[in-house]
Amino acid sequence: MREHVTLRKVALVAALVIGALLMMFPFVWTVITSITPDGTLAAGPTLLVDNPTLDAYRQLFERLPMLRIAANSLGVATATTVLQLLTSSMAAYAFSRLPFPGRQALFAVYLATLMVPLQVLVVPLFIQMTRLQLNDTYFALLAPSIASAFGVFLLKQAVDGVPRELDEAATIDGASHLRIFGQIVIPLARPALATLAVFAFMSSWNSFLWPLVVVRSPELMTLPLGLSALHGQYTSDWNVIMAGSVTSIIPIALIYAFAQRHIIAGFAHSGLK
Amino acid sequence: MTTALTNRDVDHSPGRSPSTPPARRRPRTRRRTLAWAAFFLAPSLVPLTAFTLIPMISSAWVSLHEWNLISPMSWVGIDNYVNLLGDQRTRAAFSHTLAYIVGYLPLTYIGGLLIALALNAAIPARSLLRSAYFLPVVTSWVVVALVWQWLLNPNSGLVNTVLGALGLPEPGWWTDPTWAMPSIILASAWKDLGFIMVILLAGLQAIPGELYEAARVDGASAWHRFWRLTLPLLSPSTFFVVVISLINGFQVFDQVYVMTAGGPGGATQVVVGEIYDLTFRYGRAGEASALSWLLFAVVLLVTLLQMRGQKRWVTHA
Repeated sequence: MREHVTLRKVALVAALVIGALLMMFPFVWTVITSITPDGTLAAGPTLLVDNPTLDAYRQLFERLPMLRIAANSLGVATATTVLQLLTSSMAAYAFSRLPFPGRQALFAVYLATLMVPLQVLVVPLFIQMTRLQLNDTYFALLAPSIASAFGVFLLKQAVDGVPRELDEAATIDGASHLRIFGQIVIPLARPALATLAVFAFMSSWNSFLWPLVVVRSPELMTLPLGLSALHGQYTSDWNVIMAGSVTSIIPIALIYAFAQRHIIAGFAHSGLK
Repeated sequence: MTTALTNRDVDHSPGRSPSTPPARRRPRTRRRTLAWAAFFLAPSLVPLTAFTLIPMISSAWVSLHEWNLISPMSWVGIDNYVNLLGDQRTRAAFSHTLAYIVGYLPLTYIGGLLIALALNAAIPARSLLRSAYFLPVVTSWVVVALVWQWLLNPNSGLVNTVLGALGLPEPGWWTDPTWAMPSIILASAWKDLGFIMVILLAGLQAIPGELYEAARVDGASAWHRFWRLTLPLLSPSTFFVVVISLINGFQVFDQVYVMTAGGPGGATQVVVGEIYDLTFRYGRAGEASALSWLLFAVVLLVTLLQMRGQKRWVTHA
């Protein structure tokens, strides 16, 4: 009986490992393609590259300001994350702790914006940015994600979970709302803040439609946009395109390597409602 | 991806803080509360108004006009909506989007469930394996689309090289109208499998182990335990996955734009692709706005129907 169980476990692990290797393989293939010399790809792929070269990377950096583009992606994603954490946690505090008139109605308005997809907003936002002459600026890239109704919603749940006795005690001690917010509520809402940070960063890092609409100059491009432009210009230079893909995977893969536990927990948390 | 969460919170917002019943508070305190509320809300309310609420209203307004983004708008009432509903292209865009969802959802759900079930067992290197399956989730859609366009390249791609070596037929993948949507589905499933798996795994881990013990004592087979215990108790997670996948599925765009740009011959033109083309290729902003509201209406309707139907199949432990 025991041997049977062990055998089954071995088969299970073997199947999982094969599956994981299959899932990883596209990444391996991307790297292999990126170090293959020009002109040898059309003959069909080989696992072992004959004359591996970094030439595709040289070409990539000649064609696009890749470092600038990667820095843009990191900068915009970081700014989005910081801004969303700040604006959402402040709003969450107001909705959870401040009994101002019209609170329910205003919260309903926030929730309503949550239901409206970006596609509905793209055309008028583009027109608005054109009128304000803000197209092709960092501000335009950031603007639609400064505040996040999703973030407010997520953090309000968390702030509601912080025991009110704590702030009442602080109030008696003469603490202001700003103090209660910064010293009691924020530290206790940390897991939810981490979840929001993961979502804000990832969605900014991945965002494509809005940058595609609002950015024109290569100096302002983010990675998805730069790659798409590269792809549009050099359709069949697969080694260069894959070099671009590798370059844009590296930063997020590094972040993932260090924070994977939090990232996976953040995603998993979104399902446990 | 967040719409699913909204339903239950609306009724749950807590009442006023018990320590400060509004009737007893003096006007001065009240004014002060209002000032604090303004301070805490302004950082989100100002951008939300400027970059979401106002565009929402103006989008609705634009949808009632004919407008090429340059010359002045002219009022057409609901004509844009009427035209779109009768238009062959709109129907095609919605049916391509549906085809995407019909292929994508079972593939990611069943795949994600199998992996989650396997990872839920006590096995070595569990978190390493989980990380491996999850890695594509953090990769951007554009990268996913490019990598798969290369893997599925009809001439020198790896997949066709392997198929050819095995003596199997080599499809034209994204260059062939029949195979283009399956190519997009395959790439999308690869990216999202880890996300679905993690959600389902969290759901599985929330099922109390004693339930399985009890079922085992009662002599239920593994097969029986899966159908009678695991699946019903996992239904809240399944519900979440289905709602999120449908919302995201209706809004599919990035990977399509990069892999096929709606082609070949319009075979993969999805709704958001049509909105994009109407605006930026054909300069028909009025119709584009109307189509975006039609899409919103469909997503809202589908989500509400699921919330309604939830009672019939979702078990809350």
